[in-house]
Amino acid sequence: MAYTKRLDGRKVNELREMSAKVGVVPNADGSAEFRTGKTWAIAAVYGPREVLPRFMANPKKGFVRCQYTMMPFSGTGERIRPGRSRRAQEIGMVMDKALEPVVDLTAFPNSVVDIFVELPQTDAGTRCAAITAASMALADAGIPMRDMVCSVSVGTVDGTVVADLTYDEEAYDAPVSDIPVAMTARTKEITLLQMDGHVKKEELNKALELAKEVMGKVYEVQKKALKAKFMEVSQ
Amino acid sequence: MSNIVVENRDIVIPGDLLAEGMDYIPGDFTFREDEKIFSKVLGMVSISGRVLKVTALSGPYAPKVGDKIIAKVTDVLMSGWRVDTNTAYSAVLNVRDATARFVRKGEDLTNLLEIGDFIVCKISNVTSQNLIDITMKEPGLKKVEGGRIMKINCNKVPRVIGKQASMIQLIKEATGVEITVGQNGLVWLRGTPEGELKAQQTVLMIEQRAHKSGLTDKISKFLGVPKRVIAPAPASVEEEASAEEGSEQ
Repeated sequence: MAYTKRLDGRKVNELREMSAKVGVVPNADGSAEFRTGKTWAIAAVYGPREVLPRFMANPKKGFVRCQYTMMPFSGTGERIRPGRSRRAQEIGMVMDKALEPVVDLTAFPNSVVDIFVELPQTDAGTRCAAITAASMALADAGIPMRDMVCSVSVGTVDGTVVADLTYDEEAYDAPVSDIPVAMTARTKEITLLQMDGHVKKEELNKALELAKEVMGKVYEVQKKALKAKFMEVSQ
Repeated sequence: MSNIVVENRDIVIPGDLLAEGMDYIPGDFTFREDEKIFSKVLGMVSISGRVLKVTALSGPYAPKVGDKIIAKVTDVLMSGWRVDTNTAYSAVLNVRDATARFVRKGEDLTNLLEIGDFIVCKISNVTSQNLIDITMKEPGLKKVEGGRIMKINCNKVPRVIGKQASMIQLIKEATGVEITVGQNGLVWLRGTPEGELKAQQTVLMIEQRAHKSGLTDKISKFLGVPKRVIAPAPASVEEEASAEEGSEQ
């Protein structure tokens, strides 16, 4: 039986309800929060600052360094061991690569911009939420960027191409694929593309088209949140 | 055919389109791609003639020659000090540039400046790699003694100082506190404890509302002083240029 009706009743191209807020960590140079459904990411940006350890410094330009952490209680109740796991390290690295093309740190050689993303609650699509939040936090920190980065996961559940999978869908008892995509908002360049599961070539193409189509909605949420910070102090 | 798609004082985010066509010139924090001009930071648009620029609302301090900053001594070197400039880059203060008095060879430099001391200094040189040289050999540059140091966003410094130092003059007169504002976002307040607290609150309030107009009125209301016509300072300086006068006592 084909997957015609989604478990939570959404349309195939419908994202979960999103909300975003900027400036949630006052101590940081920039910060942002992004929620999509039950997935909740908080990003804090520090820097540009001195690079430690020193050997990582690049004398030509500054760089970004992401740290991704799922909080111990963020899953389904099973305690997640704190500290850096192999998975967290990998996601940190792909986040660096997803954000690196847009940030312009040529004016800050030998420096680093640290991005910390914590997830208090997770329900699939965490790396996408993390990238979306990190991009807003970078903008809030005043880091020069040529574009914003938006991210959303797409995939197939039993042959149906859907957007923004939940954990229940990823665990659906049928062939499932999960494809997180990050894209620059203006130029629509893909900066992150990973794949997990089984997918046909045509399905992948269709999924990428869908990602491109829904990415605009994520961008609207980001844009609104960034501007809202400067509207609310009005009185 | 060129056209501008934003208005003055609009809030833009990175990657926002500002104008199309080659008739406009990209200024600070903007860039041109093909025939379009885009914003590079989260900020406020300011259009002056054909130049489009974006005033950043947050962001790191980029050291500039001639800027007066407040820095913290972090290490004592052979013939000088290493200071933290509140940027990604530390600066070196040479003994020669620190004092006019004769310093014997081998003298303990902590007699002059200790680790943890704050200094008001001026950037004398910045290299392309952002290595910074500073000096204290100018009137008004000295070690910070007494009072308190507070940190604000360096992009809000021009607003704290105000046009022709009007804002800072207002706070000084209302609270009786000496205020020195460093371009790197460190502020030194010295006065009575109550005055310092009031001044600190005022500065934080300015920082929060920096992007709004009619700020001076709000601040004078907060400080409980009547609004007055500010006697212009001698030089006719621009808002940002007047930042240098921030430390006039």
